[in-house]
Amino acid sequence: MMNFLNTLDRRWIFLAMALCVGVPILVIGLTGYTFPETPTPLAEAFFNEVDTAGEAKGRRANILVALDFDPASAGELNPMAVSLVHQCAQKGHRMYFISLWPVGPQMIMESVDKVIKRHYPEMVYGEDYVNLGFKAGNEQVIKVMGIDLTTEFRTDVEGTTLSKIPMMQGITNLEDFDLIAEISAGYPGSKEWVLYAATQYNIPFVSGMTGVQAPQLYPYFPNQLQGLLGAIKGAAEYEFLVNNWVREDAMAKVLEAGGFPESKAMETAAALASKPQQVSTWTVTAEASTLGPEAKTKLIELATAPIPGEYLEGQRRMGPQLFAHLLMVFLIILGNVIFFAQRRRGGGA
Amino acid sequence: MSAVSEPMSPRQRATWAVILGVCIILIVIRCFIGEGMGKVYVEPTNLQFGELSADTWKSMDQSEFATFVASNPDAATEQWTQYDSVPPSAYFEQQQQGGGGSIFLSWPRTIGLWLAAFFTLAIYSFLYRDNPFYKFAESVVVGVSAAYAMVVGFWDTIVPNLIQRLLPQFAHDHLTPGMTLPTDAAQFNNLIFLLPLALGIMLLCRLVPKGAWMSLWPLAFIVGTMAGLRIVGYTEGDLLSQVRDTISPVYVPGADTSTPFMAVWTTIWSSVAACLLVIGVLCCLVYFFFSVEHKGAVGGVARVGIWYLMITFGAAFGFTVMGRIALLAARFEFLFDDWLWLIDPNQKRALVETVSMLMCL
Repeated sequence: MMNFLNTLDRRWIFLAMALCVGVPILVIGLTGYTFPETPTPLAEAFFNEVDTAGEAKGRRANILVALDFDPASAGELNPMAVSLVHQCAQKGHRMYFISLWPVGPQMIMESVDKVIKRHYPEMVYGEDYVNLGFKAGNEQVIKVMGIDLTTEFRTDVEGTTLSKIPMMQGITNLEDFDLIAEISAGYPGSKEWVLYAATQYNIPFVSGMTGVQAPQLYPYFPNQLQGLLGAIKGAAEYEFLVNNWVREDAMAKVLEAGGFPESKAMETAAALASKPQQVSTWTVTAEASTLGPEAKTKLIELATAPIPGEYLEGQRRMGPQLFAHLLMVFLIILGNVIFFAQRRRGGGA
Repeated sequence: MSAVSEPMSPRQRATWAVILGVCIILIVIRCFIGEGMGKVYVEPTNLQFGELSADTWKSMDQSEFATFVASNPDAATEQWTQYDSVPPSAYFEQQQQGGGGSIFLSWPRTIGLWLAAFFTLAIYSFLYRDNPFYKFAESVVVGVSAAYAMVVGFWDTIVPNLIQRLLPQFAHDHLTPGMTLPTDAAQFNNLIFLLPLALGIMLLCRLVPKGAWMSLWPLAFIVGTMAGLRIVGYTEGDLLSQVRDTISPVYVPGADTSTPFMAVWTTIWSSVAACLLVIGVLCCLVYFFFSVEHKGAVGGVARVGIWYLMITFGAAFGFTVMGRIALLAARFEFLFDDWLWLIDPNQKRALVETVSMLMCL
């Protein structure tokens, strides 16, 4: 047995990994079931920064959304980008998309297509969001943007002069943004934004990043980096927060329209959104007696309405993670058992 | 465990051949079940634009455009057809209603989808062993990436940052008609931008053996600029800010004060975390301090520093594994969803397709 394990071809391990990842994807794809997520303080901080952006100034927030990644990291980062755009769109923030990566504009278009064009068609290009495209120059672009944005970005991605784009009025440099939200796959990415924008100009900055980068960026939290999403786990947590908040927001509006005071409506909506399966039971309780039948039906509809698949991408990928990690742990233990067994027998490592 | 390059036994080779054969047979069967697989449907949209005044264009619908053309026969107009991908369910619905709609199968996009599936499998075939499919896919990736970066660099950097400034009229007429011509005469033919142009050409002189020395000047400019930029960035963002963040109280009141127990509990853990942070920084600094021999107390502290570093490397490895699995899951999802139509997490196809997939399974 030990000899068999010692000479096992690594291709069998690759096959085992493929099964551990592939089978859960099939099962989750068929059943629609995803594992529940418990958001960590880092993901909550990211969410809260986006949620409260611009509140102090009492106007729509200007969010600089930098998508610095390419298709090679899209599996890990796209769910973050989609959820970020989802939250900004639902909140009514103005989004200024840019990228320091050559393929970034395609990633921007993908997020815009998935969220804005499909679910927020009322948003107008140039008034609610603008795509400034890619600029070569890495951290030098950030540095120049801190002084004068129009020096580096003269036109948007379509070649339209910025002065002709309504939402660019009043935007001259990085300090005109209420928040910089960035999704990063490497260099240039989160680190450069921390060093040349967040620290130097004291602008609130949140970032989602690949797992490889995350340990290097933790030391910047919370003073130089106000929110951090690490790898697909961070993406799934943030996705859960955004989806829950969107449902909660819609329920609160129904409750308010049904006569609930604002604070009570928000409190009840938060409780109902966290346990949507209990909404139909709640509607027959005394607490819901002031609500009309239409409001009750609407609440049940909101609780049972399926969340669009593109907003569950991160959570879907946590199933394969579980089984693949179990396999990894098993293999590490197995490898150590073989190593120590061989050493005890006096064999080579 | 044995390396990939080691030869396989005939039995192992036969097993792998059977696995590959079963996969190919399942894919062929899948092609003939239900509505098939791996197809992309598109819907055309006609877009019309009319120039209201100099450099001011307006998007119009069909009737508005016809009225505009009739009333302004000399006005500049543009129109084209845009093809947007639509979910297969929209096409199935159109066919069920007797067909004749505007949605149709897009062969170029369908071929693109199959090529994406082929290249994904070709790259993964390297896990079995190095082979011509992998080599081909690898070469295509390198070539396409280089060409793409060049084209994007030209349109996003050289055109707006150089040509639009040096020759705005030329850029407006031939490259970016959407740009606004500068009103200030000083902004026309801004000759200061000849300097970066000259530096750029000098950098290309690297390719000429006799003129290679000329590339050293722009290179020196780049190195000098980057060094200056990074010294400031790292001193301010890394050194000073991190030192400031490390000098923090080790007693941290807990955030959760909902109950007295939780207040004490969270205070203890927050304070322990703050202590561990300070200890970790000091121990790691001692480990990297080589002017004193790592013996006795210094050796002990340095050993704690090594433990901290090992835990950091372990966390980084764990994160890396998580990232790689996420990428693998994304490619599998693409193969199962977009190509094979086995799953439908984004509700892009009709229920009938899910049923046909179950039959296939």
